[in-house]
Amino acid sequence: MLKIWSMKKEQQKAENAEGAAGGGKKKKVTAAQLRVQKDLSELSLGSTMKTEFPDPDDILNFVLYIEPDEGMYRGGRFSFTFNITPNFPHEPPKVQCREKIYHPNIDLEGKVCLNILREDWKPVLNLNAVIVGLQFLFLEPNASDPLNKEAAEDLRLNREGFKRNVRTAMNGGSVKGQSFEKVLK
Amino acid sequence: MASADVHPASEPARCVFLFRRHLDRIRTRAGPFTDPDSFSGEAVAGAMETMKILVIGAGGLGCELLKNLALSGFKDIHVIDMDTIDISNLNRQFLFRQSDVGSFKAEVAAKFVEKRVKGVKITPHNCRIQDFDEDFYMQFQLVVCGLDSIEARRWINATLVNMVNEDVEDSYKPLIDGGTEGFKGQARVILPTVTSCIECQLDMHAPRAAVPLCTLASIPRQPEHCIEWAHVIAWDQEKPFPSLDKDDPEHITWLYQKALLRAHEFNIPGVTYSLTQGVVKNIIPAIAATNSVIAAACCNEVFKIASNCAPFLGYPDNNYMMYSGNDSIYTYTFKHEKKDDCPVCGNLARKLDVDPTWTLRELVESFAVRPEAQLKKPSIRAQFKTLYMQSPASLEEQTRPNLDKTLTELGLTDGEEIGVTDPAFATVSFKFKLKFKQSD
Repeated sequence: MLKIWSMKKEQQKAENAEGAAGGGKKKKVTAAQLRVQKDLSELSLGSTMKTEFPDPDDILNFVLYIEPDEGMYRGGRFSFTFNITPNFPHEPPKVQCREKIYHPNIDLEGKVCLNILREDWKPVLNLNAVIVGLQFLFLEPNASDPLNKEAAEDLRLNREGFKRNVRTAMNGGSVKGQSFEKVLK
Repeated sequence: MASADVHPASEPARCVFLFRRHLDRIRTRAGPFTDPDSFSGEAVAGAMETMKILVIGAGGLGCELLKNLALSGFKDIHVIDMDTIDISNLNRQFLFRQSDVGSFKAEVAAKFVEKRVKGVKITPHNCRIQDFDEDFYMQFQLVVCGLDSIEARRWINATLVNMVNEDVEDSYKPLIDGGTEGFKGQARVILPTVTSCIECQLDMHAPRAAVPLCTLASIPRQPEHCIEWAHVIAWDQEKPFPSLDKDDPEHITWLYQKALLRAHEFNIPGVTYSLTQGVVKNIIPAIAATNSVIAAACCNEVFKIASNCAPFLGYPDNNYMMYSGNDSIYTYTFKHEKKDDCPVCGNLARKLDVDPTWTLRELVESFAVRPEAQLKKPSIRAQFKTLYMQSPASLEEQTRPNLDKTLTELGLTDGEEIGVTDPAFATVSFKFKLKFKQSD
């Protein structure tokens, strides 16, 4: 009595559509997971980045390692946890730096100020965009979007001094009374 | 007029009586837009009375929907809602009274409507939609949603699309989805696999407006910035409680006081307890009138689909009605196109004949030569298992040992679905439903 049945038949006739497999309550692949799988299989990590999956069956949680080969953070090894919610790609992945580092856009808790991780996220963006964004933060730390205000001030007022402080922090030293984690390889 | 047509004495009963009489005028007689091939005036009332309708959500929209559907002549309605009644619901969720606070919404709503509209059976389910499987959803002819969560919408949408079996007429369940936010709302009809689905339309949901983290950290300008700062930064730094419970007044008070201190520091007025609550819980004030407009539109579509008395939203043209009451009243109805690369309805699982004694390597290699696939570098996952990923390198290494295992050893079962992606097909991914060759 519902009209949809005849509509579907009509549509099939028009398109001569290829049939889909029937229903049943077997295990299904969710849309979010399929999208993450697609994003992962398209990643181009290059030589400076590596992933690590604590549980390979859970692709929604992993760690990304970045080892910049140029710029002020060269020689360091930084890791970020990625947590992807079932609402992906409607919601951005949750990304956090695991080490305590001296960086104007990453605070001492590891929070990252990257526009596409928050206010500028769009479902058309993918994991590769996020990863490129993170890599960029190490090549071009940005003093105008500070999350660690002291570090941003430092970068703006005294670029050479900031560079020295970055090296000290990466070596596990203290900068302005804060001690940092050793991230140099 | 026959003597049986005397108006009943009590006021509510009289309303229902009059309502039914008007209803029968619509559903027993064809109108100018009625399709004579699918409309039968004698059969409609009976058909509607035996039809099973599922309402998801018994909140602002749900209360309206239940009342409307009951008064429209539907007799067998189920309602799912996991929530309990909060005092702040009472201004618009009119099936609830102060004494109901703390009780399950679905249960109280069902009882109220059953009492008020005689002859209607409403079955409440005080649980999550995810607690039911396809067998449960199969029993309904129509599903109506009054939800506030995108996640729940995506779930029910994917479930209904996956339930479609082209050989079974009953497996097509129209989904009527209503949604409101403040003065804005939408009503849409989804005919699973026939028209654009909720996943196709995901970009129609405005993402939550977010303020850059660095603004919160360094240059707050508004009271909301101070509250959000307390919420995302101060809380993590100080961790006053093990985890944040947004419904715990003690936790909100802590955030409120932090936000207040920060507001003083930057000389920003306007931080209050209720604003704190609103920002942290992302509350957008619900407008009762918007709910009633959207629920009416949804119920109207349900009625038309069930009775075929008039063309309904959904096919072949318009399927989406948006409503805005922000600046006077504006509605716009249009056709949202189905997306070919929609991960839910754009690629329904196709049958894939496999031999369970094959190794995964044989399956992977077979994708390159199968005419229906032709994938040179496929990555494959099942719902809870990563079978083989070509990239990234670490995952390739971790899943490589799977290549030498047979499908049975990997725990795959007949009828199970796998997702296949290949970088050569940038915009699409594939789903296959394994069909095991009988080993006779």
